[in-house]
Amino acid sequence: MAPLLKVENLRIELTTRDGIAPVIDDLSLELNAGETLSFVGESGCGKSMTALAIMGLLPEKVGRIASGTIMFGGEDLSKASDARLREIRGNDISMIFQEPMTSLNPVYTIGEQISEVLRRHQNLGKTAAWSKAIELLDAVRIPNPNGRISDYPHQMSGGQRQRVMIAIALACQPKILIADEPTTALDVTVQAQIFDLLRDLGRETGTATILITHDMGAVAEMAERMIVMYAGRKAEDGPVDQIIEHPRHPYTKGLISCVPHLVATLTDERPELTEVRGIVPSLRDFGRDTCLFASRCNLADDKCRSKRPPEVHFKGQQNSACWHAEQL
Amino acid sequence: MSEQQDFIERARSPFSEAFEMFRKNHAAMAGLFVLVLIVVGGIVGPYLYVGDPFEMVWAPTTPPGEEGYLLGTDYLGRDMVSMLIYGARVSITIGLSAALLTVFIGITVGALAGFYKGWIEEVLMRITEFFQVLPTLLFSMVIVALFGASLPMITLAIGLVSWPAVARITRSEFLRIRELEYVTAARASGVSNLKLIFKVILPNALPPIIVQAALMVGSAILFEAGLSFLGLTDPNIISWGQIIGSNRPYILDASYTVTIPGVAIFVTVLAISLVGDGLNDALNPKLRQR
Repeated sequence: MAPLLKVENLRIELTTRDGIAPVIDDLSLELNAGETLSFVGESGCGKSMTALAIMGLLPEKVGRIASGTIMFGGEDLSKASDARLREIRGNDISMIFQEPMTSLNPVYTIGEQISEVLRRHQNLGKTAAWSKAIELLDAVRIPNPNGRISDYPHQMSGGQRQRVMIAIALACQPKILIADEPTTALDVTVQAQIFDLLRDLGRETGTATILITHDMGAVAEMAERMIVMYAGRKAEDGPVDQIIEHPRHPYTKGLISCVPHLVATLTDERPELTEVRGIVPSLRDFGRDTCLFASRCNLADDKCRSKRPPEVHFKGQQNSACWHAEQL
Repeated sequence: MSEQQDFIERARSPFSEAFEMFRKNHAAMAGLFVLVLIVVGGIVGPYLYVGDPFEMVWAPTTPPGEEGYLLGTDYLGRDMVSMLIYGARVSITIGLSAALLTVFIGITVGALAGFYKGWIEEVLMRITEFFQVLPTLLFSMVIVALFGASLPMITLAIGLVSWPAVARITRSEFLRIRELEYVTAARASGVSNLKLIFKVILPNALPPIIVQAALMVGSAILFEAGLSFLGLTDPNIISWGQIIGSNRPYILDASYTVTIPGVAIFVTVLAISLVGDGLNDALNPKLRQR
């Protein structure tokens, strides 16, 4: 079966004060119907940029797709017209954001905001959209949906607002849902509820999910496959269990050892909790023909600092872009 | 549970909350009361107090209270009460329509500039600055002198010199709001640019614009008074400024002919300012929790 979404050799350039920087450099990925794919990496690694590029929402005049294709249903989104992209957004591909507190328009009731999407994309009438909105609120497990539908966003808690955002995003049963750090701003207990909700609804509607996060725990819980991003490049990708079991890239290894609870049983000896030293290189250095992780890597040698590592393939569709991948 | 339910039930839209705040502001409510009185007086006055304001009813400059004329007569022997009532109509009409025109031009220019940025913003804001640096009174005098002193032309003149303030406020609000997450979220759900401007961003940008518009009504009334004081007005229409202007030579003999319409202008503009201030307090979230 052909993948739902196929990104090939995507390069996104940002215009900065120091010139043009490739925030996404030669990224390829595939997303199949119904699966959950996770983007992992620190802040500033280009995770959100990839999502915005798929939505056609790169910051105007600053970011642009320099090369590569984003194929969705036989259509290249990187070349699609604005009008066509607007049809797709919210209907075929929708997105939820990091900050539920500010992602809803404060002057409209949540019912108006949910039914607005339904009326725009599904041509539903006013009353039909309204009753569908009540159903959706019920589906995202908001108690008393009949009463809460006329509430304004400021009358709801952060978790409830994120549920409303999910209701809006899933209103038109999109084929792809992009969740950009959906739980970062929420309490840990609420995080688990939101993940449960996303997983259940994803299963019910057959929606494929792209989960953007820096939380390895969330990845292990939610996703089937993951892509580890570093400085705009793919560091490693493959099935989640396999990568957590045996990471083939020092950056992935570092990220995993940052999470305290990823051992099989409590009696296992816990590996020492470490940090990944240093920070992500500045945008200025993004285009260099070296391994960008070399400055923070224990294994780095002259080769790493002089040539960009090619992708090494392992069994089980695990790929790693590291000169030392075999030894890991 | 029921108590909690009540609490939820009572919560309202941001705008009805602001109205609640406004109602608690005594000065603003007093201003609103006076304003309503003037507007109602202007509308129903001519039916209650019958009399042609242009008709000579008694000897010129009859002092107030004499011969049954409550506010006396002006230099042509016209009834001041009648003139004031008709003048109120003109002042309020001009104030409102000029403010509407101002808001219309200002919002359109400011919204486009703030939303699209880039060269559109450059061009629009340079035009705005051009209008802002024009000497307002001179410019409107030129318009009225060139195109005739009719009510629509006076309104247009006032509107043309006042819109830059609204445009700048609208633009700055748009620049701030367009970067907020709910706008990105709206984009991500496929909202068109036109709807983003008018249905997503504009309602959130309205509070400071409403305040500015309210104050604009007051300054438009003052502006009209200024123009008609200088004689740049339709001689067939009575306005407060015109009464002052035409009675000016008689200020020493019959000071009330100038004072009374002056007080009318003062009270009206003060009432509008109080209302505008109250709106500002009610709509500005930073002042709300005082």
